[in-house]
Amino acid sequence: MAPLLQVKNLKTEFTSPLGVARAVDGVSFDLDRGKTLGLVGESGCGKSVTALSIMRLVPSPPGRIVGGEVIFKERDLLKLEEEEMRTVRGNQISMIFQEPMTSLNPVFTVGDQIMEVIRLHQKLKGKKAEDRAVEALHSVGIPSPRERLKNYPHQMSGGMRQRVMIAMAIACGPELVIADEPTTALDVTIQAQIMELIEELQEKAGLAMLLITHNLGVVAETADEVAVMYLGQIAERAPVKKLFAAPLHPYTQALLASLPDPERPQAGLATIEGTVPSIFELPQGCRFKDRCPQRFEACDEDPEYLRAEEEHFVRCHLYA
Amino acid sequence: MCAATSMPEPLAAPAPGVPLVEVRDLVKHYSAGTGFGSKSKTVVHALDGVSLALMPGETLGLVGESGCGKSTLARQILRLEEPTSGRVFFEGRDLLSLDKSELKAMRREMQVVFQDPYSSLNPRHTVGQIVAEPLIIHGLGNHREREERVDETLAEVGLRPEAKLRFPHEFSGGQRQRIGIARALILRPKLIIADEPISALDVSIQGQVLNLLKELQDKRGLTYLFIAHDLSVVRYLSDRIAVMYLGRIMESNGIKNFARPPLHPYTEALLSAAPVANPEAKPQRIVLAGDVPSPLAPPPGCRFHTRCHRIMGDICKEQEPELREIEPGHFAACHLLK
Repeated sequence: MAPLLQVKNLKTEFTSPLGVARAVDGVSFDLDRGKTLGLVGESGCGKSVTALSIMRLVPSPPGRIVGGEVIFKERDLLKLEEEEMRTVRGNQISMIFQEPMTSLNPVFTVGDQIMEVIRLHQKLKGKKAEDRAVEALHSVGIPSPRERLKNYPHQMSGGMRQRVMIAMAIACGPELVIADEPTTALDVTIQAQIMELIEELQEKAGLAMLLITHNLGVVAETADEVAVMYLGQIAERAPVKKLFAAPLHPYTQALLASLPDPERPQAGLATIEGTVPSIFELPQGCRFKDRCPQRFEACDEDPEYLRAEEEHFVRCHLYA
Repeated sequence: MCAATSMPEPLAAPAPGVPLVEVRDLVKHYSAGTGFGSKSKTVVHALDGVSLALMPGETLGLVGESGCGKSTLARQILRLEEPTSGRVFFEGRDLLSLDKSELKAMRREMQVVFQDPYSSLNPRHTVGQIVAEPLIIHGLGNHREREERVDETLAEVGLRPEAKLRFPHEFSGGQRQRIGIARALILRPKLIIADEPISALDVSIQGQVLNLLKELQDKRGLTYLFIAHDLSVVRYLSDRIAVMYLGRIMESNGIKNFARPPLHPYTEALLSAAPVANPEAKPQRIVLAGDVPSPLAPPPGCRFHTRCHRIMGDICKEQEPELREIEPGHFAACHLLK
């Protein structure tokens, strides 16, 4: 069976006075039904732009999807009319954003906002829409959901607001949820609650999830597969256990080594030399080469994105 | 205390056994706006009886979730605000008894590194101006001496002297945090309060900044109060860790014994909540129910009882547990620990 989502050689650019930023530059991956793909990387690596490109929500101008395909259930989303795309968003693919305070409208009640989603995408009205909203809030563990519908976002805690966001995302029964740093703004004990909830809902509904995060711990615990991004490209992609046990790309290796070791909390921390180069001044050849401890002559050429092992892809000359 | 022995001697060590900073029974209440039509005055209980001591050359990691009072505590130690009650001592002197000029002199000894390296540096000043400003405020040195001190300090944090002429926006997050550290360091303080100094940075940069802080401490015998919400990061740098919840310290212990096993149920939950970057590990997770209660109305009895997975009964709901020394150097406030 074909994967639920296939992203093929996706390219998204932004034009700015400084030049053209190739924020997403040839990203490819598959995601099967019911599975979670963790998309990790540091700020500015193109994780969120990848997500927005899949949803066709890249602000344009200055952004533009310039190439590639996003095949969702055997249809290329990039070729759909805007009208058709609107029926995909919310109904079939929905999104959970990072900041539950800014993603909710402060002047409408939580109920208004959930019911808006239901009215728009499911064409339900009045009492029926309200019942569906109550059901959605109940399913994300919000106590006394019918009363909570009348709350404004500021009357809820950060964890509750993120539950509301999740309720909105699943209210129309999507098949794919894109979660962009869903727990980054939350405290650890609340993060644990939300991740538990997301996993539970995913299992119940067989949702596929694209989980965008910079937190390797969250990925290790939730994802089936991981893709590591660096400067607009996927550096490495592998099943989660493989990636953490035997990372191939020097960037992944360095990233994992820079985590504090819980067994030896006081041991020195490995670091990655230098800083991420500007997206406007990309190095010739491999984008990581200036920070890479294993660079050699070949690195001045662009590395190809290759299958190094079964289910293990890497963009590095060491494995060419 | 025991942890401090492993550190090199501080440069100007006060009498042994005298803490560099001591906080006793500190209480800070803010009155919250009464709002339209409401008659009762509400009070935010930001700190409710916090006591701790920091020995010279030691790093105390202060951990807790947002709103637990970590940063409020830092502001009281710096005396940026007047506490509601309680006392703060710096090298044995009561900070609250100092007059303005004495306080200013004292502040040379304590500096802060802030969380956000974007908003904590003035975008219109050059790095040279930013780093030299504390010297100017305290009227130290002439122009040439200040320039030399700036060069020296920038080198110490791993920045080149050319950086002086550039503006903050020309630097990456990690480099900006180095500028912030240089600014804190230039007065050669004894205490540095680092308030979430790496939370805004990427993983690959966090390590660089942590290693720099550690290196500077070894070299200068600095004392750190390191505030963070992430236990794994705090453990790397700290000699001792104190865990706060809703304005009170729940547990504090030396780093060596910190994790095995924690005595307080909140520490236990906090440790187990942090995701582990190892897909093979299937940690037993304690997921706390509910949210942190509002500091406007902290629960009676033990503040943690509304979320506690080990709640015993009425005693937890009625009596506030004292922070007691359970074993040498290990303090906890919980009724479970008789």
